[in-house]
Amino acid sequence: MSNDQIPAEGQLPAVTGESNELVDVLEPGQKPGEMIEEPSRSQQVIRDIMGGTAVISVLAVVLALLAGAILIALTDKGVQAASGYFFSRPGDTFKAIWDAASGAYSALFQGAIYNFKRDNFADGIRPLTETLTFATPLIAAGLGVAVAFRVGLFNIGGRGQMLVAAGAAGYVGFAWPLPFGIHLIVAVVVGMLAGAIWGGIVGLLKARTGAHEVIVTIMLNYIAFYLISYLLATPGALQAPGSNNPKSPPMLPTAVFPELLGPKYNLHLGFLFAIAATVFAWYLINRSSLGYQFRAVGENPHAARVAGIKVPNIYVYAMLISGALVGLAGVAQVLGTVTTGFSAGIDASIGFDAITVALLGRSRPFGVFFAGILFGALKAGGYTMQAAQSIPIDIVLVVQSLIVLFIAAPPLVRAIFRLPAPGTTKKPRTPVSNARKAEVAK
Amino acid sequence: MKLELRGITKRFGSLVANDHIDLLVEPGEIHSLLGENGAGKSTLMNVLYGLYQADKGEILLDDVVQQFAGPGDAMKAGIGMVHQHFMLIPVFTVAENVMLGHEDTKFGGLLDLAGAREKVREISARFGFDVDPDALVDDLPVGVQQRVEIIKALSRDAKVLVFDEPTAVLTPQETDELMVIMRQLKESGTSIVFITHKLREVRAVADRITVIRLGKVVGQATPTATNEELASMMVGRAVDLMIEKGPAHPGPVALKIENLSVIDPRNQLVVNNVSFEVHEGEVLAIAGVQGNGQTELTEAILGLQPKVTGTIELDGNSLRRSVRKTLDAGVGFIPEDRTEDGLVAEFTIAENLMLDRSHKPPFVKWGTLQLKYLAEFATEKIKEFDIRAQGIETRAGQLSGGNQQKVVLARELSRELRLFVAAQPTRGLDVGSIEFVHTRIVQARDAGVPVIVVSTELDEVVALADRIAVMYRGSIVGIVPGNTPRNVLGLMMAGEMPKTVESAA
Repeated sequence: MSNDQIPAEGQLPAVTGESNELVDVLEPGQKPGEMIEEPSRSQQVIRDIMGGTAVISVLAVVLALLAGAILIALTDKGVQAASGYFFSRPGDTFKAIWDAASGAYSALFQGAIYNFKRDNFADGIRPLTETLTFATPLIAAGLGVAVAFRVGLFNIGGRGQMLVAAGAAGYVGFAWPLPFGIHLIVAVVVGMLAGAIWGGIVGLLKARTGAHEVIVTIMLNYIAFYLISYLLATPGALQAPGSNNPKSPPMLPTAVFPELLGPKYNLHLGFLFAIAATVFAWYLINRSSLGYQFRAVGENPHAARVAGIKVPNIYVYAMLISGALVGLAGVAQVLGTVTTGFSAGIDASIGFDAITVALLGRSRPFGVFFAGILFGALKAGGYTMQAAQSIPIDIVLVVQSLIVLFIAAPPLVRAIFRLPAPGTTKKPRTPVSNARKAEVAK
Repeated sequence: MKLELRGITKRFGSLVANDHIDLLVEPGEIHSLLGENGAGKSTLMNVLYGLYQADKGEILLDDVVQQFAGPGDAMKAGIGMVHQHFMLIPVFTVAENVMLGHEDTKFGGLLDLAGAREKVREISARFGFDVDPDALVDDLPVGVQQRVEIIKALSRDAKVLVFDEPTAVLTPQETDELMVIMRQLKESGTSIVFITHKLREVRAVADRITVIRLGKVVGQATPTATNEELASMMVGRAVDLMIEKGPAHPGPVALKIENLSVIDPRNQLVVNNVSFEVHEGEVLAIAGVQGNGQTELTEAILGLQPKVTGTIELDGNSLRRSVRKTLDAGVGFIPEDRTEDGLVAEFTIAENLMLDRSHKPPFVKWGTLQLKYLAEFATEKIKEFDIRAQGIETRAGQLSGGNQQKVVLARELSRELRLFVAAQPTRGLDVGSIEFVHTRIVQARDAGVPVIVVSTELDEVVALADRIAVMYRGSIVGIVPGNTPRNVLGLMMAGEMPKTVESAA
């Protein structure tokens, strides 16, 4: 037994050549997946991405910023002009590149965190509050997507869940005159419930019929969008009375999120909700019985089922909670950010950005929180970059997309920074599939 | 062809999987490589087959040093491998599988299927394999699939054939047939390396035996060595091959199964009208070749099978409600595929220990995990079950097979049990862990728990059973006393019930 210290042969890192997939097909006694489908390729992808370390996330951001700098330099007029006479005065080109990149990123910083051009602190810090305002819905929706990720589900339906939640909360916000305090709470609860139902439909369809959540969420996005558009154009529903525009009336003052730092700043109560949601998600995933079952199903639905966990129910619960959290983002939009009435574009593609935020935060609640703030900063700073340095906002979007790209490909980041492959702390794939191999040995 | 490995050393990080291993296989010899799981046998063979590059040492064929960059080189040099898991494509025919990787083509890139068929027929006839080149691999029994693998290797003129744990998936009869094939191959001049940890097979067929332990060659033996000698060489200490087991003291009937049938998702009747009883304090072993309904039977007891008819009663109460309720009724379960069904690889040992009690005290109160209690519990169980790991936070996926199984065992035996179902509890484990698992199972029995052990290993069945039910094609062929001779059990596993045998139903 002394050689228990040595992992079973199959567990040695390094791939045993010919494909293990073939092997799996023929495994004797393998039982067909019944109530739950085989862990799909997408779940494996989720697991691989979540398996990355925090270092990878940070390095991905660094790489994306570097790549962004190159793009900024390439699209900069000054650089283009200076490169015309590169061989007579190369210094000019390099200076132009430096100016373009540093100017862009300092504008980003000043637009997102602190503006040194202002005289007093109260004005200088305004960009940071903008960042947090932008971050609020990103955090909430990111948490929703992250909870679904932990159960092995891709919630692409952030848009639909946000729209439905925004519609419901908005309706309560402008149509139900309720006392101060109660009005706000009712609006938030109704909005989150609407999001939860929209998400729960997905969980229910998956649990009962095996429908793939990606397809269902995408379709529900369309349904929500056109439904809300229709309601916004229907007098007596969401449309503002006396208007022909597909837009709702403004929120009643009793339903609007109070500004946290006074009227000078846009930061509103929604940010506190985002913090509360983060703490809640942390408790849920890491400390609660339900979250434990979520993680068990996400990592290995077969073992979860054998251990008495009702996997279909878990899918439903997870999508309910996911939808509610994404719904909170929609609520924060209508009751906090755009209180003068909303249109069908109220989601501002936050539902999709949330996927990026969840990935960058590796589906850990506090990781999502900081990823949300980073994305809020990119949003807030992006506009300043555009205004101050006339850099197209598209470049900021490219940087965001590059971040996702680098996160989705941990081996790429590892290769660029020459980090050790995760062979020493074994990744699940090789050992598990190979351990299965070793297992039939007897 | 003579095969010689000289001073092969292979490291994985700090782990030395092969430490200066020398091996000499004479032409026309069956050389058995014996060792526990994790001893380094497969690593050595993967080096030989070009899948790994050795850090040190050389491979010689007929005294010529070889360089293998990959399996292609090894195959060209005349080395063939019959993998433990067949490398066959199930939706292809035998001929298509055999030609896979070195397809002959005719004009216009047309596959020369006729040639491949001819080759299969020729080799098949030479050794009396009786394999139809046009049969789909998926439709073939496991034993025949293995022959396809052998044909595949021979079709590439392999002079040295490596069999990696070839008997793992075979019935005793198929195993005997494989032995005959191996002897035939040997007579035709092929050298054979036979990797296994099954002592009886080694003694039956090997000409010479090399024993490997912890990556080193610990000795040579001849087939005349006793099981005990070989086992102690493998493990490095004296081993009791038969665990100590007192007579059973069966109590009243605890589990009663009547007319149980299971239809699988492919609409096949996989368990056919099965009835039996298990008493308190006895071990009922369910023997049979893999895939004769044992898996589905245990899953039906647990509530994991959707289409079940018949009754399952534990202590007079029906179990056919849900997995949750079955577990809560005191059923402990060791699933046969522990990495797939028994453990969450990414969870820590501690988290895995609460997997089937994730909803109630003591691990959960007010919907919240009791992490402090869990840590104490896990620390205690690691000690009690001798789980070798750095700590309770070690991920289950990083443990060796034996330690993984101990985690499952610790979890299931830490509850108040009314029934214990162990499916293939020692599959893939080393001798030391097998001893441990068997001892624990007998302890559970002696504590008065009714135990069902499903095993395809006759050794295990004979070691543990008080009564033996043999399954064949979904039905129970018969239930016989624990001391029934092996040859009778072997016949029953092939579906025949000898008339002379007394029933113990």
